Amino acid sequence: MKSVHLQLENIRKDFSRRIIFDKIDFSMKNGESVAITGINGSGKSTLVKIIAGLLSPTRGIVTLSVNEKEMKVEQYHNYVGFVAPYIQMYDEFSAYENLGFFARIRGLKFDTGYADDLLQRVLLYDRRNDPVRTYSSGMKQRLKYAFSLLHKPEILILDEPRANLDRQGIATVYAIMEEHKPEGVLILATNDQEDLSLSDKVINLDELKMAKNRNKKHN
Amino acid sequence: MIRQTTAVFFKDFQSELRTRYAINALVMFVITTLSIILFSIGAERVSPDVLAGMLWVVIFFSAMSGLSRSFVSEEERGTTMTLKLLAQPAIVYFGKLLFNLVLIFSINTLVVILYLLVIPLFVVQTSSIFITTLVLGSIGLASASTIIAAIIAKANSKGTLYPVLSFPILLPLLMTVMNATKLALDGAAFAEAMGEFRVLISYSVVLIAMSWVLFDYVWKD
Repeated sequence: MKSVHLQLENIRKDFSRRIIFDKIDFSMKNGESVAITGINGSGKSTLVKIIAGLLSPTRGIVTLSVNEKEMKVEQYHNYVGFVAPYIQMYDEFSAYENLGFFARIRGLKFDTGYADDLLQRVLLYDRRNDPVRTYSSGMKQRLKYAFSLLHKPEILILDEPRANLDRQGIATVYAIMEEHKPEGVLILATNDQEDLSLSDKVINLDELKMAKNRNKKHN
Repeated sequence: MIRQTTAVFFKDFQSELRTRYAINALVMFVITTLSIILFSIGAERVSPDVLAGMLWVVIFFSAMSGLSRSFVSEEERGTTMTLKLLAQPAIVYFGKLLFNLVLIFSINTLVVILYLLVIPLFVVQTSSIFITTLVLGSIGLASASTIIAAIIAKANSKGTLYPVLSFPILLPLLMTVMNATKLALDGAAFAEAMGEFRVLISYSVVLIAMSWVLFDYVWKD
C-alpha cells in the first residue's frame, strides 16, 4: 500500500448563509483512523464529501499526498474508497456487471478473480448475476463495499457504515475495517458508539461548534 | 483516457438498451411528428425550403426529447456521485458526448429514411451535401445538447429549461443546416456549400472545446 498523508487545514463549509462547520483541522497517515460524529445536520456527510473531493470547501485546504507527491483533487478518486447511503449502483445491471463497468471506467483491467473474492466477502456471490434492482437495501449496501474496495484504495471513507445491514453484514463490515486499519487510512462518519470505539480519534462536530460559541462569548 | 471514455460510453449504451430511457421517447416523437407533418401537408405542393426547415424541426425537437437523458437519468437514479468517484470530469464528458453522438446519428438516420419514404416531394439532388450536412449537424447538436444537459440535470424544471437554454445556442446551427439542406435539395455543387460546412465545423469545435473547459465547474458541487 502506498504511503498517504491527508491534511485538512481550517476547513469551513457554508450552504448559502448557513455555516455548517468551521476551522476543521486534522491530518492522517497510514494506519490511522478517525470517526466524525455529531447530530443530524451537523455536517458529517458534508465533511467526508469534502475529504473525498466530491465537494469544495468554502474556505480551507484539503491536501492529499501519495508517496510524498501532492495529488490534484481530480485524482483523489484513485485513492479513495467511499461507502455512503447517497452513493447508488446501477439498478439495471447485475453486481458483476456494475463492478466490471466501474473497473473499466477507472481505467483498470477487470480482475474477475478479485471481483469474485469481493462478492464472496460481501456475501453476494450467489446473486452476482441478478440485477441490482432485485436486491434488498442491505444487499445494495454490501455491494457498495465491493465497489469501494475494487481499486484497492489507500483511504476508506464510510458514511453510516452500518446502514441497512443485518448482523452478518455488520460483522463483514467490521472485518473490512479491521483489515484496512493497519496499513490504510480509515474515516468513519457515524453516531454509533460501537463504530466510534473502532477509531483512534473522534471528531465531534457539535463539540467543535460549542467550543467556538464559547470562545465568541468570552471575546 | 480513451479506454475510460469508451467504458463510460459502453456503460451508457448498455444501460440504454436495458432501460430504453431515451430511445423510446425519441422514436415515439419522430413517428408522431412525421405523421402530423404528413397529414398537414396532404396534397399540397410544399417548397424545398419549407421541407428542409421541417426536417430540422423534427430533428431539433427529437434531440430535445432524448439527448438530455444522458445526464438527467444519472441525476434521477442518484448515480452522479458514483460517477464522480470513478473518473475525472473530462472522461465523463467525452463518454456522454460519444453516447449522444451515436444516439443522434441513429435517430437522424431514422428520421431521414422515414422522411424520404413518406414525403415524395423531398428529393435530395446533391447527396454529398446532404450527407455532410447531416453528419456535421448531428455533431453540432450532440456537442451543444451534451453540455446543456449537464447544466440542467440538477435543476428542478429540467423539461422546460432544456429547450429554452438550447434554442439560442442551437439557432446558428439550425439556420446553417437548413441552408445547407436547401442547397442539397436545389442540386447545388458541393463547393457551394463549403461556407456552411466551415460554419458547422467551427461551431462544433468551439462548443466541444468550451464544454471540455467548463465541464469541471458544471460537474463539481
